[in-house]
Amino acid sequence: MEAKKIIVCDTDKCSGCELCEYVCSIFHEKTVNWSKSRIRHVRIEPTFDIAIACRKCEEPLCIKACPRDAIIMVEDGSVQVEKDKCNGCGWCIEACNFGALKLDWDKKVVFACDFCEGESGPKCVEFCPYDALEFTTLDQVGREAGVKAFKRIIEELE
Amino acid sequence: MKGYTGKFLRVDMTTGEIRTDTLSEETARKFLGGYGFVAHTLYNEVPEGADPLSPENVLCFWTGPVAGTPVPVSSKYIMGARSPATGFIGFGIASGGPASELKAAGWDGIVIKGKADSLKYLYVQNGHAELRDAEYLKGKTTWDTEEMIREELSDEEIRVSSIGPAGELLSCLANVTNDRNRQVGRSGMGCVMGSKNLKAIAIRGTGSIEVAHLDELLGLCKDLYQRCRGPATEKYRVLGTPANVLVHNRLGCLPTNNFQKGTFDRAEECSGERMLETMVKKVMACPSCPIACDHINVVKEGPWAGAVSSVDYESLELLGPNCGVSDLGAITKAVQLCDTLGIDTISAGVTVSWAMEAYEKGLLTREDTDGLDLRFGNDAAMVEAVRVMCLREGKLGALLADGSARAAERLGKGSEFAMVNKKLEWGAYSLRSLQTATLGFATSVRGACYLRSGSYQPDVKGLVDRYALDRSRGKVVFDGENLYAVIDSMIICKFTRGIYKDNDEFCRVINLVTGWDVTSDELIKTGERIHNMAKLFNVKFGAHRTDDYPPPRAFDEKMYDDVSDGAIILREQYDEALSGYYEERRWTEDGIPTKALLEELGLDVSLGV
Repeated sequence: MEAKKIIVCDTDKCSGCELCEYVCSIFHEKTVNWSKSRIRHVRIEPTFDIAIACRKCEEPLCIKACPRDAIIMVEDGSVQVEKDKCNGCGWCIEACNFGALKLDWDKKVVFACDFCEGESGPKCVEFCPYDALEFTTLDQVGREAGVKAFKRIIEELE
Repeated sequence: MKGYTGKFLRVDMTTGEIRTDTLSEETARKFLGGYGFVAHTLYNEVPEGADPLSPENVLCFWTGPVAGTPVPVSSKYIMGARSPATGFIGFGIASGGPASELKAAGWDGIVIKGKADSLKYLYVQNGHAELRDAEYLKGKTTWDTEEMIREELSDEEIRVSSIGPAGELLSCLANVTNDRNRQVGRSGMGCVMGSKNLKAIAIRGTGSIEVAHLDELLGLCKDLYQRCRGPATEKYRVLGTPANVLVHNRLGCLPTNNFQKGTFDRAEECSGERMLETMVKKVMACPSCPIACDHINVVKEGPWAGAVSSVDYESLELLGPNCGVSDLGAITKAVQLCDTLGIDTISAGVTVSWAMEAYEKGLLTREDTDGLDLRFGNDAAMVEAVRVMCLREGKLGALLADGSARAAERLGKGSEFAMVNKKLEWGAYSLRSLQTATLGFATSVRGACYLRSGSYQPDVKGLVDRYALDRSRGKVVFDGENLYAVIDSMIICKFTRGIYKDNDEFCRVINLVTGWDVTSDELIKTGERIHNMAKLFNVKFGAHRTDDYPPPRAFDEKMYDDVSDGAIILREQYDEALSGYYEERRWTEDGIPTKALLEELGLDVSLGV
């Protein structure tokens, strides 16, 4: 089976422009409405920015929390909300550790990232002007973190 | 109508009445948005002779057609009113969340009149608007106000534009802050808010932004984002605007010691390069911005440890070299004081530098300064002067709180070196070694403004003889002003101007958003119309040729420094250049638009000649 890929954000590169939110809403809702973005930018003043989408947890708390079994896991490890079953109670939003689910203010149903297909991963990744977003596997994330740490050590030794 | 919501809010602070008014497509196409809407609203609605701090003054908040769309750096708004600082048109443009949020809440703008009997804030949310009690926010900094309103309403996504204590104390320099680091600066819009007892505007919208041709627009935007990561914006991304410090120092046009010199011997210590190396913790962006120029300094050690602020060239230069100060920690602290207590950093820097010169000349005594040793280069004194100025504290605070022109009036001396035009402090470009810039600054409708025409560019780029003036410079200012009027009305960030291939591409953006068929001829004509509308407001409030001159230092004193030694503006050359500018504009020798021109532009001809 193919290793699961998620959207990761390099917080040093993320500047908080929120274009990922704009682009996500345009592709999914055919209109500009960042409150309906599947990826969420969070800023912690004074200097921290991150964009977070679904992490494809192995045992998603959102699925466990849903009293109506409206959330299912699909093949790529992401979750899907069955609109007919969801009544917008929001327990899944509360359960998710990452704030990766949102409530649609108009339709009153929950939605989550569907890892849409763009050129280099989902559309938010494709459009990120700072290359802060990457569509990659956790293995790769770990490997890159190791390389980074190792480079730092070498720099310090030099 | 696409791009616009077609609606704006009217708020009467006196009665508390709030209602929705309609924005017509005709007005939209004629004045585009932002700056155009401010000029149009103020000219039509501020009664003749209305005092800037009276309930009759009109305070408006406008967005443009592109706010809330994916167009690069488009989440921008403008606030305008008759300026308490200049008496003429006052306005400031800020980037940040409030712009797109207001559109998503369902309105293009807000027009505010009257005065509340106690401190209020305006809360706007998805088709709903109300005035709420703000007494508990009295005296709070802008940063605290943002946090406290979000906490009160239990919504972290609310965007807030607020004034600090300086606005409440009616300082002519008071500005408006949003998203902590972005300001509606210059010309005292925070003072007008204070005069209306309006502490803040808090906005939250979750609606959709309607665009005429979304797919095509996004295709163009993707290309524009890539250009935003290219050479045209490299300076803003890497060093930020403080890159100018060393460039201007080399050119002998870095205002130093209250504009007496154009070079600073410690420029290296406060350069953009040094700042990036020692102070910058993070580079941040406004919503919808692929550039990111906001260099956030965090001071780690020394007397200013713990200070945090976003430092740009103007703030750095005028609170730094222009006060003889090179300590980046002190500068970061002073900017933080300005942003949180709520005054404009440009006016703050030039007012302190005026006081320092007055102190060194013996016009201000140690008693006048409440014991501060206010000589050039004393960083602690600079920071303290900024603090007391913001809070109108003590003798020095009372003297400086409304800027250098009024300080000189109060003191009864020193007006000859108050570096102002229309009583507003000069931006961080030296007068005598950038003479086209000086013409543009002095003729600007807002007063001493580098943002109305970018007239410093031909000087800095070496396209003209920057140590002299002639009639042809009028055209440079004219062309710059018309294009900038469009940019400020769309409203997009000026840092993106270099990514557009030509004026047709600006039209393409506007047309894809609105569904119109604007051509570049129409676009530039619109810019000319908007600029004339703003000028007419000034004429309504008594503007004449004499208001379009730089401060006396430009003509009366030669510069002394290594690069621009001996530079001076010849009065007859300035007169000639000014006449050339008026001629290009088709204004009279007194700077009044002709009736024929106004008619051609479709404007009210009653004040024309």
